[in-house]
Parts: sequence; structure tokens; C-alpha cells
Amino acid sequence: MSLDNAAQMTDPREEALERAMARYQYSGDALIEVLHAAQQLYGYLSAPLLRKIARRLMLPPSRVLGVATFYHLFRFAPAQHHSAVVCLGTACYAAGGTDLMATLRRQDGDGGWTIEAGRCVGSCGLAPIVIYDGKPMSKVTRAQLEARIKETHDSGNTAPDAGR
Amino acid sequence: MSVRTLEVDGKMITALEGQTIFSAAWDSGIHIPRLCHLGGLSDVGACRLCLVEIEGQKRLQPSCMTKVAEDMVVRTNTPALRAHRRLIVELLLAERNHVCSVCVLNGACELQDLAAQLGVDHVRLRPQYPKLEVDLSHDRFGLDHNRCILCTRCVRVCDEVEGAHTWDVAGRGKNSRVITDLGEPWGESASCTSCGKCVQVCPTGALFSKGKTVADMRKDRGFLRYIVTAREKKLWIA
Ligand code: SF4
Ligand code: SF4
Ligand code: FES
Ligand code: FES
Repeated sequence: MSLDNAAQMTDPREEALERAMARYQYSGDALIEVLHAAQQLYGYLSAPLLRKIARRLMLPPSRVLGVATFYHLFRFAPAQHHSAVVCLGTACYAAGGTDLMATLRRQDGDGGWTIEAGRCVGSCGLAPIVIYDGKPMSKVTRAQLEARIKETHDSGNTAPDAGR
Repeated sequence: MSVRTLEVDGKMITALEGQTIFSAAWDSGIHIPRLCHLGGLSDVGACRLCLVEIEGQKRLQPSCMTKVAEDMVVRTNTPALRAHRRLIVELLLAERNHVCSVCVLNGACELQDLAAQLGVDHVRLRPQYPKLEVDLSHDRFGLDHNRCILCTRCVRVCDEVEGAHTWDVAGRGKNSRVITDLGEPWGESASCTSCGKCVQVCPTGALFSKGKTVADMRKDRGFLRYIVTAREKKLWIA
């Protein structure tokens, strides 16, 4: 199948969701499985998506939302953006914090990141420090940071807590 | 249908096989406290106010969910049960905002009545008073989440009697809320027929008719028996 054509005609995710629902004969009892499939395809459960599932499984929308919100594994908004806090306290600044900052800024082409300068986090012995998606990296070199960014992009740029 | 005989609070009563303890007791004039149960709707055992002691069983049982059995010995009003019920009511009062003096249902609220009946004159728990929304988007009705005790009567009457299933409960734990359709404002709900059944069955002032004052906001729960008997037995009772 040519991807170009497919993209022009229909969103391939729609077909995949349709297949998932068909696998369960559009039974309302398979709601959780279908919600799962939908989240895997779209990353999160938007209102139009929930409405569509309700319609296809012939369930009341309120029950669909009620069931979905009962489980922690479903999300209702796009995955969180990535974040990086670069410590620019004296020690980290001296150890090349600004260079790390520039490296992060450069890769943030679409502006999907939250990049912030932080003040001393109290681990000056491990300078420079970057808090990358909430986890501290110590004695960070530019190469290390670039590798980490590449890893993030390669994993489909999904949010830190995706699939939880 | 066969008949069962059992003892409730020292009184011998008869009940139909398959009847719940709650309803058998009620028919014999013993009114067990309740909030989620409402005759004509299915039972969910959510509020636990109707808990009773059954001889030979260690655990308390919700009488609205427990079927009668031959020679059962049930106690519905022991000091221990009264203490449990008082605590449940206090938990409900502490969980949201139940300041009756500013509620449209003041004087006709099932929660307020129950609190009075159980002698709850103060709440020993720290009130949570979360600031919850009031949805006034429907032309005729309003919903004040602050007064909702999540009994799901509205969910059941709308699903089982009206057939619209506009309501459901979203979230869990202290974040649970009744919702209409996909959580949009009630006034935008495509499924609501504006029949008003949910407002009538709601035990508190969470669901109310707009434009009513404290004096005239009263709820009628008798209509349910009428509709349900008509549907199930084709009998239109006066
Ligand atoms: S007014 Fe009727 S249809 Fe609308 S939510 Fe209440 S019970 Fe359901
Ligand atoms: S709105 Fe009223 S009927 Fe519905 S769950 Fe809350 S308290 Fe019960
Ligand atoms: S200045 Fe960065 S850890 Fe202290
Ligand atoms: S009335 Fe039985 S649990 Fe609520």
C-alpha cells in the first residue's frame, strides 16, 4: 500500500480503529479493549473519538466517558510536552550550562519543548546539571545531551509518561 | 411465587421469594434508612446506609441488595448500626458542601432528614468543601455538584425509566462527578429529553428546577411507582 495514497484517502488510524471494533463485533462489552486500541492509535482519547466509539458500539456517550475516566491508563489530552531545565547557577554556568541550553534550543524546531533556565539545584559537585523530562542528568556533555535528544526523537517523541 | 418467613427486629414478617430484605421490611412497616435505593429503580448498594445485621453472618449486609431467606433473623436498628449510619452521614456531609440554609431543597432533603433522624447535630470530620461547579446551562434545570452524594439515582432513572442514559459517573474517588453525555454542559446534551425525572428522584438539592424558591422546590418520587407499574404490569394505579 502506498502511504501517500493512503494518507490522501483516509487516515489509516481510522481504518485500524474500525478493524479493532469489528474484531469485537462492535460489542459494547468490548468498550475497554476498544478504548485501548483507540488510545494506542491516537495517543489520547479526544471528545470526537469518544463520541465516535459511543456511536459505533451503540453505547451512551456518558457511559463511555464514565468508563474511560475510571481507569488511570487513559488520557484525554495530547501527551505532555518534553521539558528540560538547564541549571544556570554559578557552577553549572561555568561548566558549560549555556552551551547545553543552546543545544536544546537548536533541536526544538517545532517549539514542542518547555526549556527553562534553572537556578542552582544544590548539586554543584555534579555540574553541569540538566533536569530532562523530570529526571536529573549530571556532568552532562553536549554529546550526551544530543544522544539523549536523539533517543527521544527516535522513540516517536512520545511524552515521558506515554502508555502508563 | 413462594413465600418466605423471617424475623426482622423481633417481628415475624412474610416476604416473596427473591424480595430484598429492604423491600420486605418496608412492606411490613419497618423503614430502613437509605439514600441510593429508590423503589422502581435497580439497586446498586452504593450508600451503605441500609446495612443490617443478619444472625449467623459476621459481616453487615446492605439490605437493598440482600434477598430474604427462610427463617432469617435480621436486625435493622442496633446501636452499632446507628453509629455506622451516623458516620456515613457525617462523611457525606464533610465531603462536599451541604450548608442547608443556602439550599433550595432545605426542609425537603432526604440527606437532611436522615441526619436529623440519626441525631447528627455536628460533623466530627474535617469538612473538605471543595469548590465545585454549578451547571445552569439547561433551560429548566440546574445541577449543583456541591450537593451531589453520588447515589446514582439520576443515572438509573434516566437509563432505566426514561431510556436516555444522559447521566453517568466519571472519574473515581474524590474526583467522581456525575456527567451528562461526554461531559458537556447539561444544556448542550443531545440525549436529554428534559423530562425532569432525574430532578424528581435526586435525594438532595444537587438537581433542582430553575426558578423555584425554597418554599416550592419539592420533589415527587411517587411518579416512579406509577410509571414502572404501568410498564411492567400494564396497570395504571391511581
Ligand atoms: S431530564 Fe430526563 S432525559 Fe434529561 S437527564 Fe434528567 S432524566 Fe435524563
Ligand atoms: S445528582 Fe442527585 S441523584 Fe444524581 S448522583 Fe448526585 S445526588 Fe444522586
Ligand atoms: S550551580 Fe548547578 S548545581 Fe549548583
Ligand atoms: S440503600 Fe442500600 S446501599 Fe444505599
